[in-house]
Amino acid sequence: MLAFVISRILQAIPVMLAVALISFAMFAYVGDPVSIMLGQDFTEAQRQALIRDLGLDQPFFVQFATFIGNAVQGEFGLSYRLSRPVAELIAERAPATLELAFCAAAVALLVGVPMGVYTGLYRNSWLSRAFLTFSLVGVSLPTFLIGILLILIFSVWLGWLPSFGRGDTVQLGWWSTGFLTVSGLKALILPSVTLGLFQLTLIMRLVRAEMLEVLRTDYIKFARARGLANRAVHFGHALKNTLVPVITIAGLQLGGIIAFAIVTETVFQWPGMGLLFIQSVGAADIPVMAAYLLLIALVFVVINLVVDLLYYFVDPRLRAGFGAARGGH
Amino acid sequence: MAAILEVRDLRVEFPTRRGTLTALDGVSFDIAPGEVLGVVGESGAGKSMTGAAIIGLLEPPGRIAGGEILLNGKRIDRLPYEQMRRIRGKEIGAIFQDPLTTLNPLYTVGRQLVETMQTHLPLSDRDARQRAIGWLEMVGIPAAAQRVDSYPHEFSGGMRQRVVIALALCAEPALIVADEPTTALDVSIQAQIIALLKRLAREKGTAMMLVTHDMGVIAETADRVAVMYAGRIAEIGPVRSVVKSPKHPYSVGLMSSIPPLDRRVAQLSGIEGAMPRLSAIPQGCAFNPRCPHVFARCRQDRPELIETGTTRAACWLYDPASEKRAPEAVQHG
Amino acid sequence: MAAGALGRVLDSDLFWSFRRSPVAVVSAVVALVCVLGAVLAPLLAPHNPFDLASLNLGDAFKPPAWTPEGDALYPLGTDDQGRDVLSAIMYGARISLLVGISSVVFSTVVGVGIGLLAGYVGGSLDSLLMRIADIQLTFPSILIALLVDGVVRAVLPREVHDQIALFVVIFAIGISAWPQFARTVRGSTLVERNKEYVLAARVIGISQGRIMLTHVLPNVVGPVLVIATLGLGGAILTEATLSFLGVGVPPTQPSLGTLIRIGNDFLFSGEWWITIFPGVALIAMVLSVNLLGDWLRDALNPRLR
Repeated sequence: MLAFVISRILQAIPVMLAVALISFAMFAYVGDPVSIMLGQDFTEAQRQALIRDLGLDQPFFVQFATFIGNAVQGEFGLSYRLSRPVAELIAERAPATLELAFCAAAVALLVGVPMGVYTGLYRNSWLSRAFLTFSLVGVSLPTFLIGILLILIFSVWLGWLPSFGRGDTVQLGWWSTGFLTVSGLKALILPSVTLGLFQLTLIMRLVRAEMLEVLRTDYIKFARARGLANRAVHFGHALKNTLVPVITIAGLQLGGIIAFAIVTETVFQWPGMGLLFIQSVGAADIPVMAAYLLLIALVFVVINLVVDLLYYFVDPRLRAGFGAARGGH
Repeated sequence: MAAILEVRDLRVEFPTRRGTLTALDGVSFDIAPGEVLGVVGESGAGKSMTGAAIIGLLEPPGRIAGGEILLNGKRIDRLPYEQMRRIRGKEIGAIFQDPLTTLNPLYTVGRQLVETMQTHLPLSDRDARQRAIGWLEMVGIPAAAQRVDSYPHEFSGGMRQRVVIALALCAEPALIVADEPTTALDVSIQAQIIALLKRLAREKGTAMMLVTHDMGVIAETADRVAVMYAGRIAEIGPVRSVVKSPKHPYSVGLMSSIPPLDRRVAQLSGIEGAMPRLSAIPQGCAFNPRCPHVFARCRQDRPELIETGTTRAACWLYDPASEKRAPEAVQHG
Repeated sequence: MAAGALGRVLDSDLFWSFRRSPVAVVSAVVALVCVLGAVLAPLLAPHNPFDLASLNLGDAFKPPAWTPEGDALYPLGTDDQGRDVLSAIMYGARISLLVGISSVVFSTVVGVGIGLLAGYVGGSLDSLLMRIADIQLTFPSILIALLVDGVVRAVLPREVHDQIALFVVIFAIGISAWPQFARTVRGSTLVERNKEYVLAARVIGISQGRIMLTHVLPNVVGPVLVIATLGLGGAILTEATLSFLGVGVPPTQPSLGTLIRIGNDFLFSGEWWITIFPGVALIAMVLSVNLLGDWLRDALNPRLR
């Protein structure tokens, strides 16, 4: 178990290093941080001093090591655009994005998995066909357009839900939450649905495909031949086997939620990290972009790790692979 | 003794876009309690299909279009799914071909045994587990008390097939439908599995329908044999008669394709040609295009099973009403 | 020659399965309408939205023609500048299609090249390339495209960037999608490489490069075509998303995404048509391409569903 976790973490390190290298390359070679930070008036001596301070006169690997050292401590320098520490900016925005992503993931999983199971089991019913048509439309609808349509219907025409912002938030230490107020919860609905819909359709199609695959296997036929009740066959044997591959891909899809949060946050003017990032891309604010990139990479690595761990618990074959192999073939 | 299973004129059809295919046509046989009926034939002859029809698990869109199946005198081919489900496992056990794919990889063998028994028998968790261990011992799994909590992948292929046998027998059905139970196994293991099946069937008095294309297994195990060709039964009779002196020209060819172990032969005398596709079964006897003894009537009328003295064969050669042809012409190769 | 080729197409299994699928036929018609409307925009569009002289601010915010205040001159209404929405959509679809197709072609060429190379050369080059593909596949393509666009934006001076913005977007979207192609092609290459005819070709001394092009490439055309078709829908969406975020194509060459972003500002004041019609056009285009892709996948590989 521990060996498994350690081996997975070791595998993640090169990925993180590669992403760090890209971030660093952006940081060090894109744009000219020195002139940006100095502004208009400066002397050559000031310039040299700043270059020394920033360590830009050091060899590449020393600079890279320093960058990683700083990154590990959450130190990414100042935003060019806002002249505030990047870490502070991100910490301020993170709760908004994480709460949104959490709700969207909940929508995607809690609705997508049952819909996928249903369409897999009853693939010729009219409801299944309706779900499938819906999913194809869902895959073809861009996230921002879904957001706009929802705003048009529920904010502009019906006036039921707010169209932008987080509503009232409550400060819990450094974390600001929208879960504790009515307006905060109402504000979460449209963005969560917008963000979750695409993943929902993907997860549904994935679960359905996997379910159909599993239902064709010999062990399902054998379970039926043993006279097990449909319930046990479908929701015990079939569903459990379906979830093994679904966990992996669904995990990666949920990672996509963080990325698509950029779009959703723009549509709903949601004060999260995605909005910060898109504003930084527009203004070529490299430190924020670099930090965001690293953070996203970290999120993906963590998701992968969690997915692998889940896999480990669900699939006994994997456990055997890491323990001593018992029995032969 | 009354037959435990009676199949009467069974017809299975597959509606497809290009018309309805008849996969089984007029299949009739019965199995007495404790009897082993071997079913042989080439791939696609309808052997497995017959088994699937009996356990009520034909792959859609396949369906029983005619005839009847009786278990202990009760019709089971028209039962609603739920009633048929209660019969599967409880009264008819099934064994599939490939033990590597038949067991659910995510459940321990003990759990699979327990859930099967508890579906059909009123057993407490503790009793079911004890019985599960008992069954694993009975099918020859060493250290059954520990292995009961192992997952399928922790067993070898032969051991897994023993587990499958335990699963098929654990609710003590009166009939087992075994579909190619040894085909996927190493030759060295095949004999052990067959011996196990034979011993358990005898001990429990279980009847068995043993589907295989391996004539060696049949000769070893079966009491009677049915030879299938193109969805029909070509010949049926006691195993010694069918193997030693087959009457239907197809059976003759099939038996002669078994290489004799005791002498070297230069060439196996197989049968010319191939079995027709289901969409192109010829009129009359389905075997007529390949038959060395074909005559006019074979191309027009379909033969029913006709008493030949030792076996019953669907062949006009044995019909006294046929234009007199010499049955002696059929040589056992 | 041409007649023979056409006859072969009409006689093929693919065409047969196409005619039997109403969804595929309808999608093909919708896709064709979209493409023709876009390509022939200068000929078909009722107005030229880029001709500033023809713009009349007095005609701004006209609702669609069928509403009471509508004007028959502007079937789908006008935007804040008095531009005809229908014409703007047709010209916008041109940009969307141009970017979508170019970036798919770009990623196809890059992906197929890398896939063939990795599959055929094998060894450490293969592991390196596939490792890169794996890492990139971990991240959603929209994120990759955003990053590439952001970096290019930071590297280039603003004037230069505006001039080549279209190519930057094509590059950014194209580079974000190559791994799917590379992986598929590599997989097929590995399978083909060990087949007897390739071994035979090698034995009679045909060079490796030639074998790859003449023997392996034709065998991967099917899957590549499927990925490209499905990728085209994705690329058009990515472009629209980038433009909606304001980092895609320059405002002087508005794509459907740009039109939606501009119209979005007027959603609350009730001028819904400025944003909804470009949105509908985008959906029609992407949905029809995706449905065609789905059909193509099923038709080329009946085992998948």
